Amino acid sequence: MGSRAHRVSLGDAWSGRVHPDIESERRWPAFDVERLTNLLDGGAQNTALRRKVETLVRDDPAFNLIHTHFMTQDEHFQAATQRLFLIQKLAKRMDWPDDSLEFQYIYRALSGDISLGVHSVAMNAIKSLGSEEQIAKWVPLCKTYQIIVSYAQTEMGHGTYLQGLETEATYDAATQEFVIHSPTMTATKWWPGDLGQAATHALVMAQLTCSGARWGMHAFMVPIRSLQDHTPLPGITVGDIGPKMGIEITDNGFLRLDHVRVPRENMLSRFTQVSPDGTYVRHGIAQVNYLPMVVTRVYMLRNIVLYGLQKACVIATRYSVIRRQSRIRPSDPEAKILDYQTQQQKLIFPLAMGYAFHFQVASIMDFFHRSYDAIRNKDMSLLPELHALTTGSKAMMTEFGAHGVELCRRACGGHGYSKLSGMPSLATYLLASCTYEGENTVLYLQVARFLVKNCRQAWEASDPASRKSLPQSVSYLTAARVDKCPAQTEAHFLHPELYMQAWAHVAARLLESSVHHLQMLVQAGADEHEAWNQTSVLLLQAAKAHCYYITVKNFKEALEKLEHGEPAVHRVLKRLCDLFALHGILADLGSFLYDGFLSAPQVNMLRTTYLDLLLQIRKDAILLTDAFDFTDQCLNSALGCYDGNVYERLFQWAQMSPNNNSQTQEKPAYTKYIRPLMQSRGSKL
Amino acid sequence: MNPDLRRERAAATFNPELITNLLDGSPEKTQRRREIENKILSDPDFQHEDYNFLTRSERYDVAIKKSAVMVKKMREFGIADPDEIMWFKKLHLVNFVEPVGLNYSMFIPTLVNQGTTAQQEKWLHSSNGLEIIGTYAQTEMGHGTHLRGLETTATYDPKTQEFIMNSPTVTSIKWWPGGLGKTSNHAIVLAQLFTQGKCYGLHAFVVPIREMGTHKPLPGITVGDIGPKFGYEEMDNGYLKMDNYRIPRENMLMKYAQVKPDGTYVKPVSNKLTYGTMVFVRSYLVGEAARSLSKACTIAIRYSAVRHQSEIKPGEPEPQVLDFQTQQYKLFPILATAYAFQFVGKYMKDTYYRINESIGQGDLSELPELHALTAGLKAFTTWTANTGIEECRLACGGHGYSHCSGIPNIYVTFTPACTFEGENTVMMLQTARFLMKSYDQVQSGKLACGLVSYLNDLPSQRIQPQQVAAWPTVVDINDPDSLTEVYKLRAARLIDIAAKNLHTEMSCRKSKEVAWNLTSVDLVRATEAHCHYVVVKLFADKLQKIQDKAVHSVLRNLFLLYSLYGISQKAGDFLQGNIMTGSQITQVNQHILELLTAIRPNAVALVDAFDFKDMTLGSVLGRYDGNVYENLFEWAKKSPLNKTQVHESYHKYLKPLKSNL
Repeated sequence: MGSRAHRVSLGDAWSGRVHPDIESERRWPAFDVERLTNLLDGGAQNTALRRKVETLVRDDPAFNLIHTHFMTQDEHFQAATQRLFLIQKLAKRMDWPDDSLEFQYIYRALSGDISLGVHSVAMNAIKSLGSEEQIAKWVPLCKTYQIIVSYAQTEMGHGTYLQGLETEATYDAATQEFVIHSPTMTATKWWPGDLGQAATHALVMAQLTCSGARWGMHAFMVPIRSLQDHTPLPGITVGDIGPKMGIEITDNGFLRLDHVRVPRENMLSRFTQVSPDGTYVRHGIAQVNYLPMVVTRVYMLRNIVLYGLQKACVIATRYSVIRRQSRIRPSDPEAKILDYQTQQQKLIFPLAMGYAFHFQVASIMDFFHRSYDAIRNKDMSLLPELHALTTGSKAMMTEFGAHGVELCRRACGGHGYSKLSGMPSLATYLLASCTYEGENTVLYLQVARFLVKNCRQAWEASDPASRKSLPQSVSYLTAARVDKCPAQTEAHFLHPELYMQAWAHVAARLLESSVHHLQMLVQAGADEHEAWNQTSVLLLQAAKAHCYYITVKNFKEALEKLEHGEPAVHRVLKRLCDLFALHGILADLGSFLYDGFLSAPQVNMLRTTYLDLLLQIRKDAILLTDAFDFTDQCLNSALGCYDGNVYERLFQWAQMSPNNNSQTQEKPAYTKYIRPLMQSRGSKL
Repeated sequence: MNPDLRRERAAATFNPELITNLLDGSPEKTQRRREIENKILSDPDFQHEDYNFLTRSERYDVAIKKSAVMVKKMREFGIADPDEIMWFKKLHLVNFVEPVGLNYSMFIPTLVNQGTTAQQEKWLHSSNGLEIIGTYAQTEMGHGTHLRGLETTATYDPKTQEFIMNSPTVTSIKWWPGGLGKTSNHAIVLAQLFTQGKCYGLHAFVVPIREMGTHKPLPGITVGDIGPKFGYEEMDNGYLKMDNYRIPRENMLMKYAQVKPDGTYVKPVSNKLTYGTMVFVRSYLVGEAARSLSKACTIAIRYSAVRHQSEIKPGEPEPQVLDFQTQQYKLFPILATAYAFQFVGKYMKDTYYRINESIGQGDLSELPELHALTAGLKAFTTWTANTGIEECRLACGGHGYSHCSGIPNIYVTFTPACTFEGENTVMMLQTARFLMKSYDQVQSGKLACGLVSYLNDLPSQRIQPQQVAAWPTVVDINDPDSLTEVYKLRAARLIDIAAKNLHTEMSCRKSKEVAWNLTSVDLVRATEAHCHYVVVKLFADKLQKIQDKAVHSVLRNLFLLYSLYGISQKAGDFLQGNIMTGSQITQVNQHILELLTAIRPNAVALVDAFDFKDMTLGSVLGRYDGNVYENLFEWAKKSPLNKTQVHESYHKYLKPLKSNL
């Protein structure tokens, strides 16, 4: 069990012995956990490499994360910056190549608690939108931290709707410069990470005006702080936007630009150029400026949303076999709370999501790698589908992920409210993800627009040949469908074909009824835009059903590849896939009963199957969370450690609270207020 | 004032003041509340720095300081009535989180309810005067809602006539009690009583924990703060470990049970009375759910009227976010829920006081139903509000995540209500137990009464899956009575199903308890349906009593939205049970969209009617005057990180970063 020693990394007094209540859960594994871990890592060699990296940071006190629970915003930022510094030194010493897996693994090992995350977003944006000369000029400077770049898009008054951005970039042909300016208060750049304290440059997204015309949003490299003493440059007002719900390691900032001039070469010009005389030239489509956001979303889905959700599952599930509460039978000892059906109902769906989203991310990554280079080489044919796929996944994974983490947090009872559980921090990361990188409702509606377009195209196409040209993710719109679910027994609901049909049916029906609703309103005299707004609640539902369908489909297809090579792993994962699909149906039952697709007796069967699955997955729950293979260091939770010694650790960690540390600490409030309070009232009454 | 908000307010079809009076109880109460609030707002002694910019330790400090001025000021202002104290504290404390709060809300009431006259004489005076600062230590590290599982022991030693208080294990350490960490010098400790070699279950003991005068922990006592939390930063939630710590026999609260000097245990006459405090706190939490949700949607709706974003039609100016159907769909059902819960909260409070009076006269007959109802409604309303607050935050987009929005604070302050005072799932199952008992009672021929009396109609309405026409099919989706009826049918049906599943599980081989566990998901679902029905019914009842036509009409729309939205969300239950047909569900969904349009012009006035002061909201986005952006910038400038132009981390880490590589 080399891997056990690996996971237990806190090196405290209890790590030596495993709590019997969690040990018993691991005693008779129904499948080989290590093989599942390898599968998730993408091969045994990756698992080995990851563990090697994790060992590097395990014993260094500078990488101990426990203290982060007690830090102020300022201390968080400093500690995260220090970790970045140490990692860079380590990487240099170990000679890790750029963008290597080692970097990905060290970020994971340290729970992403490292500053300057947006610096790499900006660097990716330069790579996506910059010309070869610009890339050659700026990227090496970024990599060696000669400059630190923030990606400054969102404004105080404008977020997801990029056409509404107010920051101006006006070309002055006389000096061959752009004049970058914030014309109003609402135009102030607001929220960009790394901007508040760290950045020397900002990649500012601004509305370009040249030759007397407006050309929409473009990206400009703007120096904002002195490279000598880091003070703001003339015309620049920059600072921190104040305390937030979480993500304290990031110095989200504001930026006001007062007619700041940058040379013509500072506009990123892979796809668009302004020539010295002010002539505007574009290659490709305007939407290509969204490419950096697509890239960011892909990485954030894995590093923040997927890992965050999985970690919450690990913590809540482990705690639920240690925590005992009440008795099921009066004669029994108090039961593990995971043995309560209601607790299983809370925790097993997030666990199923943790796996479903793993395969979802894998499939997006795959599509992304296939299309990204083509797009950079100005072949735009895959951009719409890549955009729809990442947009929909972002909305669904963040919405469900945030909900799942909060469920896990509350499933830990009162202790889930303590920061020492690690849950509040996970929750605040996931909650933030629902609005940044595109507000979810807006994103779902973008997916809906893609769907409506394809649906209409499918209807209009008379010959089967052009129907076939629908993008792969929406091909189900034209596939043959059944109108009634054929299930006759409870076991039928365990057939992936059957629940796939159910989801395809509902997704297509919701989409068709939205399209009809749109048409109806237009025929009744509403203009197209008003009709869209008046149909948006329906469209939202259709987009959500589509996203769910896609996720189930990816999960199912990933499992098919395992069926023969890994039968034992396949068996446990299939239960999760079944549960994921059926949970979604039960949560939105109305849509499935509405047109009689499911009958009332079928729903009863489905529910029985679902409750049965809870019980079966319960048996493997600990091993399924172990397989994610997060180290204790990275979980940073008193409740979720591998060895299950929850209470000892909770007590020990609480002692570190600054309020407990010094004897003098308790004096100020006592002497300043409590004692006078006691004396004054005692004497008066 | 922001022109958008001015326009919204001018366009309202009703007078918000009338609703404010309705929520307060009367115009006089509204007036008195405002009088008190204005005194606080104009008093320089109450000014302090924004909590958001303080560290945890500084916030604790401010909170203690507030408690210190508070009693003096309340006396000065002549505030003594319980409602008035509540108004005062809610504005003054903002989060209503007060380290010495448990002295008044738990320590003293427990002393009064469970202490003998002699005990009250001994401790009451000093605890009222805060010479004794008490707290209430029940929850342990390893044990929460299930009280019988508590491990702390109190063993009687007849030789010295003392109790030996002990925390035998790590899991038995008292954990979470508010004010325990740093503030209190006494605690009422719940412990398993052992005397003459026998365990008599949980009893309450007054335990001195800190030395008077020096405030140092007494020998044998280990006490401290449990560390940082999601919220409640002003509160020193604490731990307490007792190491064979001795207290005199007289420190056991002995109004009911007693231990004689020789160690003989005398049983209490009735233990139902201890329910009282629990019922009170839970019904109070229903009101808190309403308040917190109302605050969050005040912020989100005002901000959505000020915020302009995107386009509906190309070329036109960016519309108010509130004009998007999806935004209305997010926020208006929450607004309707906030109103529904306001009325339920009021009902719970009144019922508690009414029943408490009969209890005082020895009539305990209504207590079981009240106990069951508060447990379920506490869970139902806190869960719903928890989700609703988070949705309001999301509806504010990115700015919702900043503390400037005030919603993160509302969320983290409110969310523990789902787990404290009884974990919600456990609460739901307590109510389920009552529902199952009533169900069995009806089955055996006895009538159920009160809010569950609809179960009496069950045998005649036995669900027959084949018989499609079993339910009355005439549903008028514009009629409050008809909507109440369909919710009743849904509850009846789900209770019936849960009961039958429970009996099936029991009959096939399993013990009663195992069967209960294997039915618990169904039982929770049934209880939710029951609670949902109760909320719809209470809202409908309230609606009937409203005289003013304009107010009635606007609240009627909210009622309809609340009920129809619930049907739409739970359409599966209504369809599967043949309570409604597919085409009726389509009508419901269509009518919801119409209601959104109908409510839209009154949305801002409806949140104004909650009449929250800006200080209570603590939100830049939700300001009454709507001047959001200027103030957002001003607020950010106060951030501690902006104190210097160049942050020290630049010199420490960033600069070396580039030279090192």
